Amino acid sequence: MKSGFPATFVVVLALGGSTLGFVLAPAVQLGGIQQTTVLNTADIYPPQRTGDATLGLQVYRANGCAACHTEQVRQDGVACEVVLTAPGANPAAVTNLLATLTLTNLTKEAADLVAGQITGLGGKVETHIVPNGADLDHGWGVRHSVAEDYLYDYPVQLGGLRAGPDLASIGVRSPDAGLQLKHLYAPKSVNSNSRMPSFKYLFTVQKIGDAPSPDALNLSGTDAAPAGFEVVPKPEARQLAAYLLSLRANLPVYDAPFTPPAKP
Amino acid sequence: MTANETIHPTAPAPEIDASCRLPLLALLVGASVWLVVGSVLALIASIKFHDPEFLAACPLLTYGRVVAAANDALVYGFCLPAGLSVILWIFSRLSQTVYPLPLVPVIAAHLWHLGVFVGLASILLGNSTGFTWLEFPRGGSILLFVAFVLIAIPTAAAFGYRREKTLYPSHWFLLAALLWFPWSYASANIFLVAMPVRGVAQGVIDLWFGNNLLYVWFSLTGLGIAFYFLPKLTGRPLKTYYYALYVFWTLALFGTWCGIPHGSPFPAWITSLSAIASVLLIVPVIGVMVITAQTLCGSPKSAESKSAPLGGPVCFIKLGLAAFVISSLMYIAPACPQISRVLEFTWFGQAQVQLQIWGFLASILFGALYYLLPLALGFAFKFPQFVRGHFFLLGLGVLLWVVPLAIGGYEQGANGYSLDASLNCLRISTLGLGLILIGNLLFALNVLALFVTWKINLVKTIFAAVTAPLKTSEVKS
Repeated sequence: MKSGFPATFVVVLALGGSTLGFVLAPAVQLGGIQQTTVLNTADIYPPQRTGDATLGLQVYRANGCAACHTEQVRQDGVACEVVLTAPGANPAAVTNLLATLTLTNLTKEAADLVAGQITGLGGKVETHIVPNGADLDHGWGVRHSVAEDYLYDYPVQLGGLRAGPDLASIGVRSPDAGLQLKHLYAPKSVNSNSRMPSFKYLFTVQKIGDAPSPDALNLSGTDAAPAGFEVVPKPEARQLAAYLLSLRANLPVYDAPFTPPAKP
Repeated sequence: MTANETIHPTAPAPEIDASCRLPLLALLVGASVWLVVGSVLALIASIKFHDPEFLAACPLLTYGRVVAAANDALVYGFCLPAGLSVILWIFSRLSQTVYPLPLVPVIAAHLWHLGVFVGLASILLGNSTGFTWLEFPRGGSILLFVAFVLIAIPTAAAFGYRREKTLYPSHWFLLAALLWFPWSYASANIFLVAMPVRGVAQGVIDLWFGNNLLYVWFSLTGLGIAFYFLPKLTGRPLKTYYYALYVFWTLALFGTWCGIPHGSPFPAWITSLSAIASVLLIVPVIGVMVITAQTLCGSPKSAESKSAPLGGPVCFIKLGLAAFVISSLMYIAPACPQISRVLEFTWFGQAQVQLQIWGFLASILFGALYYLLPLALGFAFKFPQFVRGHFFLLGLGVLLWVVPLAIGGYEQGANGYSLDASLNCLRISTLGLGLILIGNLLFALNVLALFVTWKINLVKTIFAAVTAPLKTSEVKS
């Protein structure tokens, strides 16, 4: 080769191709994404965040929380499980049949077969869709993350390292704002095994006025403020807690179907 | 004689080296400061795993900010400007002409270091953009982009003025590197910061950029520099020209699509395409192994390389090539879903990134700079014994920094992301980082000593010129 043209051509071909594929195509395919409906309901997903939660994402970004926390749950696949809802006219026969059948971790075809056998004896069944995977076993979610979960996020904070737990549905796991604030102030007071640094700079220690502040943290032991003082969250801490509570990826959508637990 | 040859006549090597002196100094003095700043910040971040409360009360030094600032200081503060400085010297040498417009890169280098300062200060003050490897806010990233282009243009001109028209393999790699960064940096910043796309597409673009900077740009630059210095320092020809061409094509074509993990919440075609590209990436990696092995085991050693002691520039280059192969294999492995299930989101990925930065690119850059800086400045290092010391500190440091992180990553992934399982490994890795930091201090000390000596010589020359007695002929007229 005697000119720089072939090398330039390789750059244009390779980088141009991947720019089309991984920048422009996702921008077109995912950039126009809209709200979706929750499966089998008329509810819209995801709901718009509150003002505090929207500001809280900026606190999350500013403090680099994504350095240790992911907001993405993986899933290996789904299985079906058959649940008997009513034994029907011939309970003894259904019970005998059930003893011989596997009811969980079935493919769709196997589940239909089992359901057919039970309904043949007069029993009533429901077939549930159950996602599986290590992240779900860990209790970090009920389904894998989908594009809609991040619809209102800027910047999207997927994260790449789990030095701490995944937060994709922390608002479902730990829905108490007071506990979230306490964990931010003194992580070890909530989880003695925590390696998270405390974010004490998001709180103010102030003298108790005429009456204790309703926002004051409920602390004990070495974390408690000195006598006559109380620990009150700054607006940033309250916004961050509101953001964490807004992370609730727990509804079935078209891309990630599952059967939600029956409402009591 | 063509017009080109009259304007840019063949220059002797010392004259070429001297023409690169100012750009090299402007880029490298700042780069060695960022190198030390970055490794101190990385050490602070690492110590936080021994004691989470270490410096936790200071918002500027909270873990999430420090770790981002450390990585950016190393990549944008050291790797990119040091890489550019080696590229401009290699292009001038290969072209056998003096570097055109040396003052443009000097101005650009100051803009670059200003951009890095603005970016790092913004991250520590909580104004990062929140995108991995693109944390610098608008002001910082515009400065970096402009400065890179300003350095790339005269460097490309030096390439255009070459006397020997046939391209050497390093030419392809380094020319591609000059185009690769501005293209990917601008695209990512336009779609993420200037006119942000909606939703999860941001995640895809961020991962695409991270891969194109840390894997492709690093590989193009590191391999381009290694393919220049390996034959030069060992006295053996590169084997072969066509293997190198093959590595270049496959690296560019496959490498650019990698880096998007399996379980990401993106459409399946994106993750699948990335996994296929990762598997194909084995082709250039095998190519680099073959080239390195055949070049080193080929024709007999030159007398010069035989007498070279262990720990000289060539050792840095060899360390870098070995690290490239290992880090690439670590990058390819998670394309297999069974491996990805255990290793994704663990310290293993961080280990690969750190090996790519320290073991591969930084090592090759150190080797190249230890060779070319005394030539460019015209006098030897003040502390030549530090070069060997730096090599052993870097080698041992990378070993102790990366291997425990990788093992810790496996432990973490196999134990449900429990940090306790990997804690002992993290503690050993801090020690490795400490060794790397000491090595970096030795490097920075040598560079700063060169700079100070050059300044003193400059002042002496000016002083001598000013105080020199006027010639009688001038007095008479």
